[in-house]
Amino acid sequence: MRTPLFVLIWLVIGGVLFAVSVALGNDYVFFAGYVVLQYVVLGTAWNILGGYCGYVNFGSAAFFALGAYSTVAIYKFYPLPIPLLLPISAVVSGVVGFGMGYLTLRLRGAFFAIATLALAVVLETLVVNWDYVGGSRGAYIIRPEEIEPIGNYIRYLFLIMLLLAIGAITVARLIERSRLGYGFATIRDDELAAEASGVPTLRLKLTATTISGALMGMAGAPFPYYIGYLQPSSTFGLDYAVNSIAMPLIGGTTSWVGPLIGALLLGSMQQIATVTISSAVNLLIVGCVLVAFVIVAPNGIIGMVHTYLQRKPDDFVGRRRVDADLPGAVP
Amino acid sequence: MIFSYDLLINAVVSGILIGGFYAAVSSGITLSFGILDIVNIAHPAFIILGSYVAYIVNATLGLDPILTAIVMMPAFYVLGAGIYQVYYVSFEKRGQESLRGLAFFFGLLFITEVTLVLYFGVDYRYVDAPYIGPTLHFGMLDVPLRILVPFLVSLLLIAALELILTRTFIGRAIMAVAQDQLALRLMAIDPIRIKRIAFGISIATASLAGAFLIIIQPVEPSVGREYIGRVFAICVLGGMGSLPGTLIAAMLIGIVESLTSTFYGPSWAPAVSFGFLLLTLAFRPAGLLGR
Amino acid sequence: MSELLQIDNLGKRFGGFVALENITLSVRAGERLGLIGPNGSGKSTLVNCICGTLRHEQGSVRFDGRTLDGLIAHQRTHLGLARSFQLPRPFVSLSLIDNIRIPLLYTVAARGTHRAAREVEDRCSDLLREVGLQAKAHHLPRDLTQVEMRKLELARAMAAEPKLLIADESMAGLTHSEIQDILTLLVRLNERGVTIILIEHIMRAVMSFSQRLVVLVSGRKIADGRPDEVVRNPEVEKAYLG
Repeated sequence: MRTPLFVLIWLVIGGVLFAVSVALGNDYVFFAGYVVLQYVVLGTAWNILGGYCGYVNFGSAAFFALGAYSTVAIYKFYPLPIPLLLPISAVVSGVVGFGMGYLTLRLRGAFFAIATLALAVVLETLVVNWDYVGGSRGAYIIRPEEIEPIGNYIRYLFLIMLLLAIGAITVARLIERSRLGYGFATIRDDELAAEASGVPTLRLKLTATTISGALMGMAGAPFPYYIGYLQPSSTFGLDYAVNSIAMPLIGGTTSWVGPLIGALLLGSMQQIATVTISSAVNLLIVGCVLVAFVIVAPNGIIGMVHTYLQRKPDDFVGRRRVDADLPGAVP
Repeated sequence: MIFSYDLLINAVVSGILIGGFYAAVSSGITLSFGILDIVNIAHPAFIILGSYVAYIVNATLGLDPILTAIVMMPAFYVLGAGIYQVYYVSFEKRGQESLRGLAFFFGLLFITEVTLVLYFGVDYRYVDAPYIGPTLHFGMLDVPLRILVPFLVSLLLIAALELILTRTFIGRAIMAVAQDQLALRLMAIDPIRIKRIAFGISIATASLAGAFLIIIQPVEPSVGREYIGRVFAICVLGGMGSLPGTLIAAMLIGIVESLTSTFYGPSWAPAVSFGFLLLTLAFRPAGLLGR
Repeated sequence: MSELLQIDNLGKRFGGFVALENITLSVRAGERLGLIGPNGSGKSTLVNCICGTLRHEQGSVRFDGRTLDGLIAHQRTHLGLARSFQLPRPFVSLSLIDNIRIPLLYTVAARGTHRAAREVEDRCSDLLREVGLQAKAHHLPRDLTQVEMRKLELARAMAAEPKLLIADESMAGLTHSEIQDILTLLVRLNERGVTIILIEHIMRAVMSFSQRLVVLVSGRKIADGRPDEVVRNPEVEKAYLG
């Protein structure tokens, strides 16, 4: 399926989703839906580095928070409309992603993961001590009541996150089917052999961290408007890290479908749990499901579906398309 | 920034004492990560578990937390052995320990923490003991007993672990399994059993470390998170599988954190250990004492 | 006669252990060089140093007129160096044909060769056919036997369209006819202009293939010359039989 058609189909699905939500008449659907869609973006972004390349990033919260705090910093100067904030957050988080990669990507797997955790805390400490964005006291953003022509502001935020989510899965899918996707897979499988085959592993890894970071930053950009009051401890919280890891692992790390399924399922479960039981139970659910899945179904839901359909568990990065041309090829 | 020798000496001494405690906390990681290469990111959660166990026994029976912890060490050992067995069967055997093993421990971290929250709530808990409260004074030096006592027992713990590793058969088998599993098998020793024992010991230390923690400061479930980076920083800085290295690294971090906190404010303290970790990883991954 | 590969005084230590000492070696373009030596003599270390997987401390490596020192492995592959690994290292989550595709996508493309996707696909199939793995093109490496994995290793190295191919013990465990197949393959490759360094224990294969033979013992080069002369060298005899 060609990419424009893919995007079109998902825009239609998104449109239907939006219309149904409006018809339901309850704004809570938009509040909950925003969070779930946010996790679609975060999980997909994480998976580009974690699932495709095999490098586990514990610092997802840092990139998300950077996006949020970019918005706050700009808001205090002059409130820009969100569509302008998105690329700015993307750049900020992308640059930090690149920097983090540069510092840490020479490290062996486990060390890299720990280093990302360290980086997240260092960034958090820097923000907590930066009074311009409120420091540890937090920052307030006044959410406008309405915005033409959509009406309710929360619907506007929902729509933005919906478009971001579609964008994220499109990017992931494009990567999978491109030369970059092959390169990522070799990094995951055997970096040494990848280098010997001519894959510039460091450059590709940096690409992955930059794209991953930028997407996470974009997910964070509208967040201050959503939440109204931004606090470093929760924005940088480990909860984002565990969710952005759990969702792709549960859904399946080998393709863009995995994080989508994981986020939709796990995200919805958590929203329901928050309302019916308590919000602490959220993380218990995530933890239990995560542990259960990595033990019992290491290839996630995608893997389970494939096994059920009697095919060999599909460990491929998406499906190969023969007409993926080499760069520079004459059409 | 107010500088005075009074503050300086107290900060340094306090750092050394806390460092001893940090070493006890990190000794488990030195075993599981430094020697066995298992990234048990949930270790701090087990420490918090140890804290709560000490709290319950102390609150209901009035028993000393350190004694409680020692009595509970076998139970923690069994827990550790069980967890390793699951880890081995699910991940090490399949060769998937890097991503999924990591996620497994991450999940355990959250399960433990949230279960404690659901059971105990987020209120700070503390214990009562005769040495919590009094402070020794040596001229301008103030040494709170509640930090001194854990420091001393930590040193004993580290010494005991080092003796086990270097002098006992099991200990040397553990060091050997890190280097050459095949050779061990040829000597009719099951490396999996050795690793299980080692991981069990690792979690057993968490029991004691947890008692130390709740003596030094009030505890609530999410306190463990700030230790994640710290323990790995100390382990890496200390040269991975070296207990003496861990002790020195722990004291170093303790001192720097203490100085930072005293002269720049506590809000910068978390960045210290994590920043140290980053620098170590970036420039000297073999740690201070090398390996 | 141009030296394609020039190694001068190469030295490599691992801590206190000297893996390679004062290795000086040159390979002419189009040559078939055999490299032999007992286990642990440093053959694979030498390959790793040439290809950039390991950094050597002393000496220098020059390839095609350029110094390789300081270049990362993938850069050396782009320049025309390719190697197969002694213990096969396939990309386990990719099919065989995708394994072959990688060097084409990254090495060949980096040299500015423009190829349409159809051509790439055909090239992959051809390479698989050359090593007899065409039937399993869409299988994963875990479905392969040890022998087939070694062939995949070789095919993947060939896919990088190298000027110099280092085949590291590709024949261990093969049957008589399989060894002959690989030899024929390598000779054919050589006839197309690819310089080949063959590292092997199977003396019959090395003797019949090599124009020149180099012997490595305990990290030192102890012989370098025509195969029939080298094997009569008393030091070589001692190293193997003593």
